[in-house]
Amino acid sequence: MIDFTLHVNRKNYDVEAMSDTPLLFVLRNNLNLTGSKLGCGSEQCGACAVLVDGESTFSCAIAASSLVGKSIITIEGVSENGTLSAIQKAFLTEIAAQCGYCTPGMIIATTALFDKNPSPKKQDILKALQKHLCRCGSHARILTAINNMQSDHSQND
Amino acid sequence: MTKNPSLLKNPGIDSWISFSMDGLINVRIGKVDIGQKISTAIARIVSEELDLDPKRIMMVMPDTILSPNEGMTSGSNSMEEAGNAIRLASATIREILMELAARELNTSVASLEVTDGTISSRETDRITNYWDLQEGRLFNKAINIEAKVKPGNLYGKSQTRYSGADITNIVTGSYKFIQDVNLNSMLHARPVRPPNINSKLDQIEVEVEGYLKKKGITLIRNGSFLAVAGMDEYEVIKAANTVKRSAVWKQLRKFESASIFEQLKNNKRISFKVLDGIPIEAPIAADKKIAPNIKATYSRPYVMHASIAPSAAVAKFEENELEIWTHSQGIYLLRASLAELFHMPDDKIKIYHRSNSGCYGHNGADDAAVDAALIAKALPGAAILLKWTRQDEHAWEPYSSAMVMELSANIDTKSKIGSWKHSTFSDTHVSRPKPGQKGLGAANLLASRFLDPPIIAKPMPPNKMKHGGIHRNLEPLYGFENQLLIKNLVRNLPHRTSALRTLGAYANIFAIESFIDELAEEICVDPVELRLNYLSDQRAKACIKAVVKEIADIDANQPNHGWGIGFAQYKNSKAYTAVAVHLMVNEAAEIKLLKAVIAADAGQIIDEKGVIAQLEGGFIQAASWTIYEEIMYDDENILSIDWESYPIIGFDNIPDFKTILISMPDEPFLGVGEAVCGPAAGAIGNAVLKATGLRVRQLPMTPSNLRSLALKT
Repeated sequence: MIDFTLHVNRKNYDVEAMSDTPLLFVLRNNLNLTGSKLGCGSEQCGACAVLVDGESTFSCAIAASSLVGKSIITIEGVSENGTLSAIQKAFLTEIAAQCGYCTPGMIIATTALFDKNPSPKKQDILKALQKHLCRCGSHARILTAINNMQSDHSQND
Repeated sequence: MTKNPSLLKNPGIDSWISFSMDGLINVRIGKVDIGQKISTAIARIVSEELDLDPKRIMMVMPDTILSPNEGMTSGSNSMEEAGNAIRLASATIREILMELAARELNTSVASLEVTDGTISSRETDRITNYWDLQEGRLFNKAINIEAKVKPGNLYGKSQTRYSGADITNIVTGSYKFIQDVNLNSMLHARPVRPPNINSKLDQIEVEVEGYLKKKGITLIRNGSFLAVAGMDEYEVIKAANTVKRSAVWKQLRKFESASIFEQLKNNKRISFKVLDGIPIEAPIAADKKIAPNIKATYSRPYVMHASIAPSAAVAKFEENELEIWTHSQGIYLLRASLAELFHMPDDKIKIYHRSNSGCYGHNGADDAAVDAALIAKALPGAAILLKWTRQDEHAWEPYSSAMVMELSANIDTKSKIGSWKHSTFSDTHVSRPKPGQKGLGAANLLASRFLDPPIIAKPMPPNKMKHGGIHRNLEPLYGFENQLLIKNLVRNLPHRTSALRTLGAYANIFAIESFIDELAEEICVDPVELRLNYLSDQRAKACIKAVVKEIADIDANQPNHGWGIGFAQYKNSKAYTAVAVHLMVNEAAEIKLLKAVIAADAGQIIDEKGVIAQLEGGFIQAASWTIYEEIMYDDENILSIDWESYPIIGFDNIPDFKTILISMPDEPFLGVGEAVCGPAAGAIGNAVLKATGLRVRQLPMTPSNLRSLALKT
């Protein structure tokens, strides 16, 4: 076990974990941030995605201890002070989830995309989500939610 | 007399609905949320029938202490069973409370109006409300099955629509899944699986004991069942891998190496003639006068549920009482099976349902609950959070059986279809734990066969329910004369199989809808017209016409493009669904879905968004089975053990949807969760033919299968 400090959702946390413990287990078990989900443990499904310095990063295999000094944002940190982000609102309005297990990862990937590129094209959106698996078949509503959010924004501009 | 099994088993109002003193109402059903959002539709019904703000409705998570026993959540039955029971319970309560209110306000029932549970009368200024009238008492009355319900066309007029409380929690990450259950002094656990289902533990290298002791990990061993438990989850995962490497297994038997399709045709089998959707004991013989002159054989491989979250469970054993948190679809049946396995009385086992990711049928949920219970029994007092790994889920869930469908028909001299024969070969589609005299409770739980002494699963008896497993949608809705329909339950196949969304219907409908297009081509008639000619049900025809109208403008004449349709009424008694698909096949022989049009008649619709989600989601899942999925294995190992070795559909192949719900507010609810899958497969196959000239009869339609078909043709 080693001690280190992680910066998660705009706060510092002192963590005791093994040097190779993946970030996901630290988030869920040490910090009780259970919104990020364990789906495969081998970076194949995207249910565990979090933002690391703004990049969508699968947290199920990367060692938490390698992320000291980085800014980590989990699904719990996407909404600030209880206010949902525009992307969360779009998912909510469209009910763009069925069982909801893949949803946090989908929202993280979409957040990372829009932070970098506020008006992505459909191909950019598909590329950002391609590694994220959904078994319920909510893909179409997820794309509709993102699309509706984009047209709302362009109307407001 | 009602035929609703949920009402027969739970006739009292108090089993379903109770008023708490704080202006809220508790609604309990025995059907569980497995991602299909049944609780959303149920809450809407209560809100409509009792004119209540949805915020007052508390959907209680099902458990075996208070929830009504509604058997299994499966077969698209929940709206017809729980939905109807709740609707009648609510209407009965309304009748009772209106009588009470009229007396209390000294006025007539006819003059009363309800707004969010507050009752007023046009004839007096005084008001009362549900909670003051009921004062927390039980109703102690049976549900009146003739209670006057609110007509369907008045549904949805109320100001607030219930959109489901869960979705906010889902988008903020605060929704609690089974993996998020957090109890005091909880240990993490993982099972340690053998190489395959035919393995027996020989020995574990002794050095591993020292390692586990040093790491504070407990090894649980019962016969050939192995698991590890400890405080730190990642340490537990590592320990499971270490134990796996140090365990030596004997192989009792290898997987049969002959092709599964040969085994389906050649193995021992039990065959039934199917009449009106029911398998019957009768001689199977075709009318020799109308011998078939066209035939085709279709097949699909083993496929899996492939839930995004591996199965999980929490268990605690203390003072001879076992508590289980599970995502099982049948908590009462699981309780009885566990009682059988552990020789415990039912009332010493408490089961609480918690959601996992969508399961779409009998996945590892029940098996994980047993794994957790075995560990909890070995470590009394500790709460055990057990999770399967991704590899466990892929390799050990019960699969959906591979199937072969042989179809043949006679086209007579007037280009009429003079006879129709359909024979389906498959393993069972239902091996859920169902305790009782047949001994299929504990034996159908995965761990049982590894215990000492082992409890070995017996072959499942044939399912003789109407539109049961293999023969679900074997009977076409088309009125072909001289039909011969045969169900073949095939024995001694390599893998454990059970229920996956639609059971046999997906493959049967794929075969029927492909074959109809083949017949249309043979007769030189438009396939849509051929379908309409042989359908007499106007609701069926309306769905087909609705999709055809929608695709009239699609230009599918570009090279490598095509569109096709598929249709079925699920179980010939539930939702009607027609599907049209426009797709193209690119140079890499990949199918690219461009547009999917779905038209469905699901009777009265309570939760429109929920119905659309089920239809479009069902299409996407069925497209995934159809285009991508096949479980691979060699003679000792399952090779499809993760998302790379078992690919599923992704965002790069999602069509644009146009989904049309045909409104039938005065018709009964018709289950919709599985209705689209078979028609989707039929439509995709028919569109691929148009795009490529290839008639794909063997699923999945992967590039390599399309290429080898092209070489043969």
